[in-house]
Amino acid sequence: MQVSMTVNGQSRTDDVEPRLLLVHYLREVVGLRATNIGCDTTSCGACTVIVDGLTVKSCTVLAAQADGSEVTTLEGLSGKDGAMHPVPAAFHSEHGLQCGFCTPGMVMASIGLLKDNPHPTDREVREGLEGNLCRCTGYHNIVKAVLKAAEAGAAAGTVGASEVSA
Amino acid sequence: MSILGTRVVRKEDPKFLTQGATYTDDLVDERLTGALHATIVRSQVAHGKVLSVDTSDALAAPGVVAVITAADLKDLSPMPHGFPFIHESIVHQWLVDDVVQFVGDPVAVVLTEERYQGEDAAEMVAVDIEPLPAVVTVEDAIKDETVLFPDAGSNIAATFGADRPEDFFEGCEVVVTQPIVNQRVAAAPLETRAAAAAWGDDGRVTIFCSNQGAQQVKGQIAGWLGIEPETIRVVTPDVGGGFGAKIGADPEFALIAWIAKIVGRPVRWAENRSENLVGMVHGRGQHQVVRIGGSKDGKVEAYSIEVIQEGGAYPRIGVVLPNLTMLMAPGVYAFPKVHAKAQVVLTNTTSTGAYRGAGRPEATAAVERAIDLFAAEIGMDPADVRRKNLLPKFTEPHTTPMGATYDSGDYQAALDKVLDAAGYADLRKEQQARRDRGDVKQLGLGMSVYVEITGADNGAGALEHAKLEIHKDGSATVLTGTSPHGQGHDTAYSMLVNDQLGIPMDKITVIHGDTDLIPAGGGTMGSRSLQQGGAAVHKAAIELIEEARKRAADILEANPEDLVIDKANMGLSVKGTPGSTVSFASLAEKEELMIDTIFDAGVPTFPFGAHLAVVEVDVESGKAHVQRLIAVDDAGTILNPLLAEGQRHGGYAQGVAQALLEEILYDPDGNPLTSTLADYPFVSATELPSFELVEMETVTPVNPLGAKGIGEAGTIGSTPAVQNAVVDAVSYLGVRHIDMPTSAMRVWKAINQAGNNAGTDRKDS
Ligand code: FES
Ligand code: FES
Repeated sequence: MQVSMTVNGQSRTDDVEPRLLLVHYLREVVGLRATNIGCDTTSCGACTVIVDGLTVKSCTVLAAQADGSEVTTLEGLSGKDGAMHPVPAAFHSEHGLQCGFCTPGMVMASIGLLKDNPHPTDREVREGLEGNLCRCTGYHNIVKAVLKAAEAGAAAGTVGASEVSA
Repeated sequence: MSILGTRVVRKEDPKFLTQGATYTDDLVDERLTGALHATIVRSQVAHGKVLSVDTSDALAAPGVVAVITAADLKDLSPMPHGFPFIHESIVHQWLVDDVVQFVGDPVAVVLTEERYQGEDAAEMVAVDIEPLPAVVTVEDAIKDETVLFPDAGSNIAATFGADRPEDFFEGCEVVVTQPIVNQRVAAAPLETRAAAAAWGDDGRVTIFCSNQGAQQVKGQIAGWLGIEPETIRVVTPDVGGGFGAKIGADPEFALIAWIAKIVGRPVRWAENRSENLVGMVHGRGQHQVVRIGGSKDGKVEAYSIEVIQEGGAYPRIGVVLPNLTMLMAPGVYAFPKVHAKAQVVLTNTTSTGAYRGAGRPEATAAVERAIDLFAAEIGMDPADVRRKNLLPKFTEPHTTPMGATYDSGDYQAALDKVLDAAGYADLRKEQQARRDRGDVKQLGLGMSVYVEITGADNGAGALEHAKLEIHKDGSATVLTGTSPHGQGHDTAYSMLVNDQLGIPMDKITVIHGDTDLIPAGGGTMGSRSLQQGGAAVHKAAIELIEEARKRAADILEANPEDLVIDKANMGLSVKGTPGSTVSFASLAEKEELMIDTIFDAGVPTFPFGAHLAVVEVDVESGKAHVQRLIAVDDAGTILNPLLAEGQRHGGYAQGVAQALLEEILYDPDGNPLTSTLADYPFVSATELPSFELVEMETVTPVNPLGAKGIGEAGTIGSTPAVQNAVVDAVSYLGVRHIDMPTSAMRVWKAINQAGNNAGTDRKDS
């Protein structure tokens, strides 16, 4: 079947199997491999991307379900000048990643979280990221990074999914 | 001013945060063009005789190129386990056609053009297995009613140490005995295992794999496949976590390489999480009995630990880890008498291997529980019992009754620092107040003081390789035999080079994980990277300066000893004549400027620390929550506090997870019950607090950096601290011990049991 969608601002149409998962579509058809797969039970969140402004686990939706949507992956976050988006930038300054495998999903989930709750508390960040697992960082610095991004976003008004899915 | 000791953010991050890393399954490499996808068909039966493997339906399925079974591997001898003390008849078939030994034992490999086709076709391979009685628990294993490998005669694969002397506890006023289970857990790196192999026209094979040390993989695979090491190149791209479980080659890597040869096409394999949770080695899995004896004033006279280690179906690294548990048995204590013994048993379950700390957390958990049990028995504060028995501060090496030689340590100070930072006295008051009020949520305080061994002998000695080259443009390349999977080697090693030579961090490239470029190396395991790999890089930089000094002296027509390093200009100048610099770049322009060196510490180091966990336990439901974790982890000189803290945080999380949540479970027939992340209680952000770190640095004389390992410390200290805290929270109800994971159900049961037993006299011998 044919699916059309805008991925990181570029529209495209592909012929895919109806059962193809969005994550495999992104990785193998589009060739964007930042989005990772860590489980097969929608448990880890490594595959989290933003579809029409909502964070979704891309291992849990079919490419066909994203037909007509705007999809943003980690690769779509940095500005044309290569400037890092404030959320990954906060992950960098707060050492919110080690092996980096959870990171693309964690960053996308954090953007979604901040969109819903621009000024979260420590506990709210922890609860908001419950569906995203990290084996390396102990979450300590991830929480710090999200809180820092919240501060930066509050000041600059740049952290939100609207500009992300544009 | 030196860059060392400062919080430098990671160089590797921008790529990870904009494009993503390149893990094995992400590789787009021309050598892998047209690769087939391998899907492994695994036994669904824990123990049984394979009657038939019918591949005909699968072969007819769309996209299937071949289905490989044992019959196709006739040229390959079974895989030896490589442990001289274990019976030689215990071999590992690449694909089983006689007896399967665990759920997950590989039986066939389906090769397809596309990934999904493999999953479809794998289900069509009909494997007929006649079940044999499954040996699942260690209790069943030691009975030897069913023996996994009959020629070996027993499921007890190995015994280390001697029996405890009869009179071991003679003269002790109090002796406490406790069986303890240090449960089987999954390392569960977020990136599961993956490998890809391609043979070139030159008869060499390149194997890409997710692993902690390419060189070890190469050596093992060459031995297993019976081919010359020179024909193998192993490359480890970015690796999404290892935690010990990615040490050494996995049989699957060799199998993929061999199959690629048979079919004459590149082959790639990436397991899913369910396959990972049955196919990758598990960690821990020790059944211990601890005995501790001493006087009522808190002085311990004798300590004994007897271990039965679950080896799983085939001997992997897990079978040697009890040796480390025995070596580290007395931990930080000056016990006059220590006894340790271990047995390794085989069962029809996944094999065990290394997991963060690998043998040392099991030793620490045991002795730290024992101290608390002893304290409870004599009615003394556990902090006071510890103070009475800790080794005093030492700066000269100290040898323990088990033969370990600790390099330097100040365990008393570590404990005091943590208790001060936590406000221990006030916490005890708060605990008493809650007890007096009969609160539903009770407070528990648990501590541990630990010492561990890092940078241990790695087969090639405690040595590591480093190459450092300066290029004509002034940039530098570092090649290392260590192998990062999240630790930040690029940043750490660049700092070491920058510190010596002044070359900017962004002009330094760190290369690892390619056996053609770095033929020898020990990999990243046992917290050895900085203290051995980093020390090697540091040594290479110093030797490079000496080499440059000779060459610059000729050019400047000066005595070599009159030349000083000029970091600002990245070169050497004549003392007192700043304008006279000869840059490294200009020297490299004339002649290759490269140092290839080895650093050999000869001995490991012994990092130590103390942790205090504050937990809240709901005594109605049994649910425990960690409120605070306060920790000292003394790893000697800290190169980059940011990286060291990251390692500590990650370790705490894994330690808390083992103490509270995680456990691999099997049913009585050997079927895994925790083979997805929906069943395996992987720790999430909500179960953890933000951690409170207390700093302490006691340098080691063992290497010039003064650094000890930090990768495993957090796990080793936090696990017993949290377990002790949970027990402490409900100790006023008469509870003395709860095995890990201290789940709500276990805690609830312990409370009820204690209630039922109230009044009965508990006397241990
Ligand atoms: S891969 Fe999608 S949630 Fe784990
Ligand atoms: S950084 Fe490794 S899993 Fe999160």
